[in-house]
Amino acid sequence: MLQTKIHNITLKNPVMTASGTFGYGEEFADFVDLNKLGGIVVKGTTGDRRQGNPYPRMAETPSGMLNAVGLQNVGVETFCKDVYHRIKDLDTNIIVNVSGSSIEEYCKTAAMIDKLDKIPAIELNISCPNVKKGGMGFGTDPAMAAQVVSEVRKIYHKTLIVKLTPNVTSVVEIAKAVEGAGADSVSLINTMLGMAIDVEKQRPYLSTITGGLSGPAVKPVAVRMVWQVAHAVSIPVIGLGGIASAADALEFLMAGAKAIQVGTANFIDPSITMKIIDGLEDYCKRHSINDINDIIGII
Amino acid sequence: MKKHITDFKIVKKKVYNATYFALTLQHPSTLPEIEAGQFVEVEIPGNKHVMLRRPISIHDVDSEKSQLTLLVQVVGKGTKTLSQMEEGETLNLVYPLGRGFSQEGKEVLLVGGGAGIAPMLHLSKCLSAKGTHCTILLGGRSATMIPVQEEFRPYGDVYFATEDGSLGEKGLVTQHSVFGAEYDHIYTCGPTPMMKAVARHAMEKGIECEVSLENMMACGVGACLCCVVDSDEGHKCVCKDGPVFNAKRLTNWIKK
Repeated sequence: MLQTKIHNITLKNPVMTASGTFGYGEEFADFVDLNKLGGIVVKGTTGDRRQGNPYPRMAETPSGMLNAVGLQNVGVETFCKDVYHRIKDLDTNIIVNVSGSSIEEYCKTAAMIDKLDKIPAIELNISCPNVKKGGMGFGTDPAMAAQVVSEVRKIYHKTLIVKLTPNVTSVVEIAKAVEGAGADSVSLINTMLGMAIDVEKQRPYLSTITGGLSGPAVKPVAVRMVWQVAHAVSIPVIGLGGIASAADALEFLMAGAKAIQVGTANFIDPSITMKIIDGLEDYCKRHSINDINDIIGII
Repeated sequence: MKKHITDFKIVKKKVYNATYFALTLQHPSTLPEIEAGQFVEVEIPGNKHVMLRRPISIHDVDSEKSQLTLLVQVVGKGTKTLSQMEEGETLNLVYPLGRGFSQEGKEVLLVGGGAGIAPMLHLSKCLSAKGTHCTILLGGRSATMIPVQEEFRPYGDVYFATEDGSLGEKGLVTQHSVFGAEYDHIYTCGPTPMMKAVARHAMEKGIECEVSLENMMACGVGACLCCVVDSDEGHKCVCKDGPVFNAKRLTNWIKK
């Protein structure tokens, strides 16, 4: 009933977890049956180990939060040697979010992940707002976005998802550019660039001054962008941004997303993904829907 | 140690003053084992401006009654909302989180300052049950800022240091007459400058020292990487690798 497809990957259900909000899945194993998930997008992985930005990296804002983690991760070599072997036998789609500061770095990481049998896809992160070099820079210019995607496409042979930033005038233009460069799917939205100031201390909350806004606050923007992109490209769209309930997930599906990712909501209720899956099943029963695909893109 | 997500009932609320209150929470069945120094992430109900859970250290555990107590300092919107909750209401907790105190040492000093007093009660209980002799030194700006005092008496020799001299010796905990005595282990939780001073002293004297940090958190389980401390091995999550760290792993942090 809930089965869906992204390119040639079959998902048990459309519910995936968003990169950077679910660790490597293991952190949530006490709360979630990981094998019930449609997919897990693991922490953004870079060519070398990264320390990320200094503390403080987080600020709560109305219906959302700002973060400036800055891609802290173990690096692709440790991921392949160590982390991969701990999670590879999970009965779900494990997708690696690939981040970087240069085309060479994206390619190095993607090539190493390409060799891992149990990783059916990568999510190319050309949209991280929290790194000085690269990151969002690649995702805000259609020509640069196309260039990085086409270079990675040459060396990566499985499903290539490209994660898009909302911090652009026309997300459709970027989506079309990466589709043209060989992307198999796009996921959107990454966080929105934001800022918050502690007026008592008269300084920004984040060590980096600006950071990425996530949570329910961004959801209407995300739904709008998913809807626009889903009508403009023919590759499958994965929707994310503030999803915290089955109803939220359904909005994205109806707007045209073939699958969705749950991010910040995992911090508030670590078992939320199970509730969303149950809620989708319940919705389908109540509305006599035999195949969730019947409501995808109905708007 | 398995983590849980559970609805607890508030069975007792004790208001010490405008800053401190304690909530005793009843588990619906059997409370799992909890290490001294671990914490909970509390969902804050009914305040639309508070989305994230709040990390609160575990003050006391009563395994027989399946109850735990949180000692809370009102510091912001989340803790303010929590302070308005009443007996009979429900709180959802994700727990037990993080790594607690090692409970090593035979002749130990516990130094708690302000809200950092909270984890010291459960710790002193656990240590004294093992036959460890505890010297318990609690500090604050004034007597009212040390909300829990007598509760510690059964578990060790209790001393106080207040900046205004309203309770115990006048001055900081590090200036107290028992602070410099011989110990083989020091446990501390409280304001960062206090913990750094305690850790510096311990390292100079070659005493094992464990500090319990309190960084801003989102997830509480090591996924979001927001609460990191700059440890000697790089950024470590306070929620998962801590909140308790051996001071030897934090020499960079202590120096700053």
